Amino acid sequence: MSEQRKAVALISGGLDSMLAARLIQEQGIHVEGINFFTGFCVEGHTHAIRKKDKAKPKRNNALWVAEQLGIKLHIIDVVEEYKDVLLNPKHGYGANMNPCLDCKGFMVKKAHQWMEENGFDFIITGEVVGQRPMSQRRDTMPVVARESGAHDRLLRPLCAKLLPPTLPEREGWVDRERLLDISGRSRKRQMELARQFGIQDYAQPAGGCCFLTDETYSRRLVDLWQARGERDYELDDVMLLKVGRHIRPNERFKLIVGREEGENRFLEGYRKQFVHLYPESHTGPLVLLDGRPTEEDQELAARITARFSKGRNAERVTVAVVDRDGQTRRLEVAPLPAHAIPEDWYV
Amino acid sequence: MSRHRLDARRLLCPMPVIRTQDKIKDLAPGDVLEVVCSDPGAKADIPAWCRINGHRVVEIEDRGDELRIVIEVGGAP
Repeated sequence: MSEQRKAVALISGGLDSMLAARLIQEQGIHVEGINFFTGFCVEGHTHAIRKKDKAKPKRNNALWVAEQLGIKLHIIDVVEEYKDVLLNPKHGYGANMNPCLDCKGFMVKKAHQWMEENGFDFIITGEVVGQRPMSQRRDTMPVVARESGAHDRLLRPLCAKLLPPTLPEREGWVDRERLLDISGRSRKRQMELARQFGIQDYAQPAGGCCFLTDETYSRRLVDLWQARGERDYELDDVMLLKVGRHIRPNERFKLIVGREEGENRFLEGYRKQFVHLYPESHTGPLVLLDGRPTEEDQELAARITARFSKGRNAERVTVAVVDRDGQTRRLEVAPLPAHAIPEDWYV
Repeated sequence: MSRHRLDARRLLCPMPVIRTQDKIKDLAPGDVLEVVCSDPGAKADIPAWCRINGHRVVEIEDRGDELRIVIEVGGAP
């Protein structure tokens, strides 16, 4: 009897990696999933912060996919290591702050390490030739295989027939004939395959699984670096960039204004790390203040807070300004008129 | 069999799942782990992670702003 071969599958939570894993399972290979948490991942919970999205099921898509496939899933925290990928990408950025090619190389490299440590034989991904302008091109796919150190132990089942045979194919662990030749940005064949496998519910295809491909998010990240005078970040910083209105009146400070109850509650979790403001005489948002504001800046912050409260048309609004250690003082301010907040304050 | 506790409060998903996973790596089958967390997402994610990795959720207590999830570590492998 031949040895049971084992593959580790990169699982993002999207359809392609799910189909790739499924194709290899069909060939009698033992598959386990690996998922990397960079801090920039978009998944069910991120959207569930806002109250209006609460009705949608809250789930981690990668876990959900693993459960559908009946495979184990190992989630790896790469937040610290990922900083070097984002801050110093050898291959540069895509349209926004997305270092897609370096990122893919990094993830495959981590999966390769995991494969060796755990006695697995090869790695599979849901990559498709020509699907992503930077990382999934015919000429960049060998770069990922080479720079990750995975070489011919990296198999892309959805487009394997368009690429040179890999070790698992040459050794006959998997039958190349039963792999696919999908290319391009169309999702038709993946959706058809999903139907064949009876997979009805999956995360929206091509929705993107990373905030770094998002224009607004990338702008906020660059603004953060400019304001701090250094290209660095902590996990809390990158989580906060996903939430609320970000308003920067000057280089000294920025406000993060909760847009509704769900976001206010999320921001409340950061009360001990930031000065925060909220209207006391009227209902309104929780606002975090990031930076080193002067006394005048704090007054302006209070007026902006009042502007986004129910008291926006009142003459005076009482705004509480609370230090990190819980010391509260109260400012009586006139809400800033909407037209007094220039468009370019919005980050 | 021993009993262990993990404080995952203030961590946002998927960090509570990752901490649970890393803690369970060091435990033996039959051990019990009590995880306390504050991200409501963990209520779905930790049980999902346990189901696919062969561990059993014995109890979930929702205290409003905190969740207590008790897990019995499954047999290896």
